[in-house]
This record gives sequence, C-alpha cells and structure tokens, in this order.
Amino acid sequence: MKAVCWMGVEDMRVENVPDPEILNPRDAIVRITSTCICGSDLHLYDGYIPTLEQGDILGHEFMGEVVEVGPGVDKEKLKVGDRVVVPFTIACGRCFFCQNQLWSNCDNTNPNAWVAEKMMGYSPSGLFGYTHMMGGYAGGQAQYARVPCADVGPLKLPEGLPDEKVVFLSDIFPTGYMAAENCNIRQGDTIAIWGCGPVAQFAIRSCFMLGAERVIAIDRVPERLRMAEDGGAETINFEEVDSVIDTLKFLTGNRGPDACMDAVGMEASGHSLLYYMDRAKQMLRLNLDRAEVLRQCIAACRKGGTLSIPGVYAGLVDKVPFGALMNKGLTVKTGQTHMMRYMKPLLDRVERGDIDPSFVISHRVPIDRAPEMYKVFRDKEDHCTKVVLDPWANGAIAA
Amino acid sequence: MTQAGTRSRDAGESLSRAVVFQRWGTLVGGSALALFGITRRSKSGIALATAGGLLAYRAARNKQPQEFYAEASFAINCAPEEAYKFWRNFENLPQFMRHLESVRVIDNRHSEWTAIGPLGVRLHWTAEIVDEGEFQWIVWRSLPGSDVEQTGSVQFKRAPGDRGTIVTAIMEYTPPAGAVGKTLASIVGKDPEFTLREDLRRFKQLIEAGEIPTTDGQPHGPRSAIVKTIQVLYPEKRKPTEFEVAQRVVGQRRRAS
Repeated sequence: MKAVCWMGVEDMRVENVPDPEILNPRDAIVRITSTCICGSDLHLYDGYIPTLEQGDILGHEFMGEVVEVGPGVDKEKLKVGDRVVVPFTIACGRCFFCQNQLWSNCDNTNPNAWVAEKMMGYSPSGLFGYTHMMGGYAGGQAQYARVPCADVGPLKLPEGLPDEKVVFLSDIFPTGYMAAENCNIRQGDTIAIWGCGPVAQFAIRSCFMLGAERVIAIDRVPERLRMAEDGGAETINFEEVDSVIDTLKFLTGNRGPDACMDAVGMEASGHSLLYYMDRAKQMLRLNLDRAEVLRQCIAACRKGGTLSIPGVYAGLVDKVPFGALMNKGLTVKTGQTHMMRYMKPLLDRVERGDIDPSFVISHRVPIDRAPEMYKVFRDKEDHCTKVVLDPWANGAIAA
Repeated sequence: MTQAGTRSRDAGESLSRAVVFQRWGTLVGGSALALFGITRRSKSGIALATAGGLLAYRAARNKQPQEFYAEASFAINCAPEEAYKFWRNFENLPQFMRHLESVRVIDNRHSEWTAIGPLGVRLHWTAEIVDEGEFQWIVWRSLPGSDVEQTGSVQFKRAPGDRGTIVTAIMEYTPPAGAVGKTLASIVGKDPEFTLREDLRRFKQLIEAGEIPTTDGQPHGPRSAIVKTIQVLYPEKRKPTEFEVAQRVVGQRRRAS
C-alpha cells in the first residue's frame, strides 16, 4: 500500500510498504477513505519531537471502512463493513484512566511506556503516527491502518454524511471542543485564543456553543483571521500591534480575558527577546519548545482566570512566568484530547446541522502530493488552512 | 517501587563491600603502577607498566558473582482475587515474563520453570510454593539442585478507595559461577528492577486490556542504515505470543491459497 513516511527533517516521502496485519486480538484493519495532515504533524516534519525514526508512517486523522477484525473485538461494537472515524488516541477502555473518562491517559496502549515514563514520569496513551515514545504505531496517512483496541475507539457513522463533514471527529473538532471546555466557560465570558489554525477554528465555535459572549482570536495569517471572524470572533493581527497583552487589556477594560487558550504550542512565533532566545536554543537543540504564546497567555489572563492549552509541548519549557501564574491564581487545564468523551456528542451536532466542520478544508489532494503539502501547510502558502488526502486517487501503487 | 537494582542480602553486605573495596583498590593501584611504569621510559619501567596494567585489567574484568534483587509494584484495575488467580496458575507466567520459555505445573505446590537466554541457552529449575495466603500472597523458591537459586514473592492488596489491586512482586536470583551465571546475568542482570517492572506492566495489561500492546510486525518505510544495523545485531529478542504465531500461520495460509 501507499504510505506517507517521515524520512528525516523536512523529508516526507510516499513509499510502497506492506499492508498492515492484525497483530493483537482486539485489532481491526481499516481501509482509509480520507486522511488529513494535522498541525501537530508539522512539529514532526520540522523534527522537534524526539524518538521519531526514519521510515515511520505518520498521520492520526483518518476514517474509512473496517475490512478485518481480530477475534477479540466485540462484534456488537464493530464488524467488517462498518464505516468509522478513528480517534487519534488509542485506549483500552478498561483501566483506571479509561474508566474515569481520561481516555488519552490510558495505561495499556503504549508498548514503549517506559520511554515516556523516563521523560514524563508516567506514560500517556498510545497515539497513531506520533513518535516511538508515544507508542510508535504506524499512522493513518496510508491506504490501510491497523487500529488496536478497535472496540473502544472507532466511532460508527450513520449513512449519508460525507467524509468531509465527519473526518475531523478524528482529532481537531473534539480537540477544539475540549480546549473550549477546559476554559471553564460561564455564561458571558470573554475568551482569548492564540492561533487561528484548524483546532482554534473549532475552539472558537465551541466557545460560543458553551456560552462565551466574546472570543478574541490572535494570529497573523489574513485568511485564518478572516475564518475566525466568520466564526464570530474579534481578531488581533499580532504583527500589527505593539503588544498583544496591552491590546487585550484595552479590549477588556483592563480586566483581562476570563480564559486564555494556547492553540499554538511549541513552535510559537513572536518578536520578544525571549522568543529569539527560544529560537536560538531550539536551533542548538538545547530545548524543544518555543513558549512565547504560553508566556503571553499567563501574562494576559485575568486574575483567577483559566489557561487552556491544547497546543502541543514536548519537553522542558524555559522562562515561564510561574510567579504570575501563582500570584494571579490561575487554573491550568491541558492534555491530549479525551476523544471518546466527545466524538459521539459532536457527531450528533454535525448530524443536527449545528456545525459543518468542512469549512476548514482548503486543499483536497491525492496522497501522492502529501510531501509537498506538508511544506505548503507549514509555510501557510496558497491560503492553506487544512489538507485532506485521498489515499486512493491515483491507484494503489506509489510512483 | 522503593529500592532498586542489584544489591546484596543484608548478611552478605559487609563481605561484598570488602570485595568491592578490594577490587577498586586493585584497579586504582594497578593503573597507578602502569602510569608510573610508562613515565620511567626504561626496561624496568615497561615491566612495571605491564604488571600494573595486568593487575588493573584483572580487577576490571573480575566481577564477583552477585545476587540480583528487584521489587516493583503496579496498581491493577481488578479485584485481588482475579489477579491472584491468574498468577497462581504459574503456567500463565511466561505470557508476561519475557525471559521465561515455559512453566509446567507438577502439583499444587511444585512447578518446573524454563528460562531462555541469549543464543537459546536454557536454564531449568523446579520451584516450590513455600507460603501463600489465598487471594493475598504467594511465596516460592527454587529447590536445591536447580540451575538457578531463585526466590519470588507476590502480594495482592486492595488499593485504597477500592480502586483496584496493588500487586507487589519481589524477585531474587543467586546465579551460580560460570556460564549459567552469565546466562542468568544477561537475562535479568543489567537492570533487574526494569525487567521485573516491565513484566508486571505486561501482567497488568493482560488482566485489564486482555492483550499486550505491540507494534512488532507493522509496516514502515525504509529504515536508516543505523537502525538496520541494530536490527541485524539484535534480532527480535522477544518471542512472539501464541496469538501472533497463530495469526502468522493463518496469514501464510491465506497468502498461499
């Protein structure tokens, strides 16, 4: 089958690889009909997350049809022929964490848990196509994928909804929604969101669903700011203001937003001295993360407010104003998305017509063009906001 | 998890400390002698350097046989009875203890264990359950005349708030001198606590998820030369589970037909 492989920093290639096989009793094989490039894949593309290996298949936002199930899969829950969307986190459904709805913290799905334990104390769940530290599972930018614990994750889809409307239930829609939920929104709140990428777009819309009165979104890419405005947000182009923090102060009468969301993560951009220090250290591989946005979020948030961090961070973060965090009494909420909590309720919203997630798509291309699309997406060329790949557009063999 | 690694039993503590002291003394002394000899730049100097070098080399090589001790604990989302029953059938142990090839239960108290080391070298011992509290703990030890002197214990304790069971295992091995000792050392020796902890993790995964997560056998693109070399030097140490073997057979048949 064709698969998008990471062959080194900024080197993606479509390779012919063997089809996946059932390896464990609760596995299923899915024939993929749509798969996407996620903003977090760009951290891998740029080589900022350790324990990726040459030849690894990336991709964690995919959907398709079940073509094979292992003997341990509960047939009531999943069978051959089902059309499913697959969450990017893998969860066993039976450990302490799964049973407490903390699905992305599942204890039993990372075969390399000890590696993650060395870095983080404890290991989160396995993820598709996201480094060996996070399980080393082959990803879904391919024609087929093996899905472990298949009776827990994949969500069966009703007839009649096209891929474009449901494929984002695999990650970014639930991720944006959980990020909004993590803002502890009360009726009438003002939320500031750094970044207007695809997750932030869903977060903006989710904030309003949860009762926010005002959302202020911060970015510098015109079409993304426009898309945020379409979703009802006010926007700040951080290239056009002297200080994002002062602008937010002004816009909120010196009180500050009730919650601040970092929907950017470890490759933040900015113009401060600390940003250039981050940049230099990252080039020297002295640190993995550029925390410009995190610092701004802490400084900008109102006293007693909430910090929601859906953006991905990998390692030790330097020069975080922890004094401000402590003295202002902020609450921090973060984590990989607990997918299984949100997929069904959000599918219901899509079915009801509350939201059509396909609005974020800018490019729909054959999988063979994935390597160039990584670059286009990272550099925001060609008004790129979201890339959906068709694994079968040009047949089954890579050129 | 409290105490780590390779350590001696209390009784042997002062003895082994003396041995370590002696070994380091010889190593440092020998090295100093060698250095002194080299700086003399004379025939006697060369002799001195050679003698010193030999002493240091021997000290560096001459590892005393040591005991391996490890303890680890895992909280498992099940009742103590369930975890106890699975463990009490020792024939289940090779499912999660990777160095065990098989365990055959002889009678209610005795079982025959086979461990497999590098190059397929096998170690055998017979274990006897010496104490047990139903649904609470099991203690066993190898019988005299076995390849390996081994003691193991496992305790199943209800976790606070009824949040599952805390399983605590302790393993001690005394390797004999010679090749058998080396084989044992290469199985559990480098980091005995790591080995035990990963065994217990697999125990937990089997009980909770019903399977041990794996990516062995999944597709990938071309690997780098370094990774390929490592794969050649260290071919898959792990033996496949029964399920994997069955699946491969089915797969081969399917491809053949």
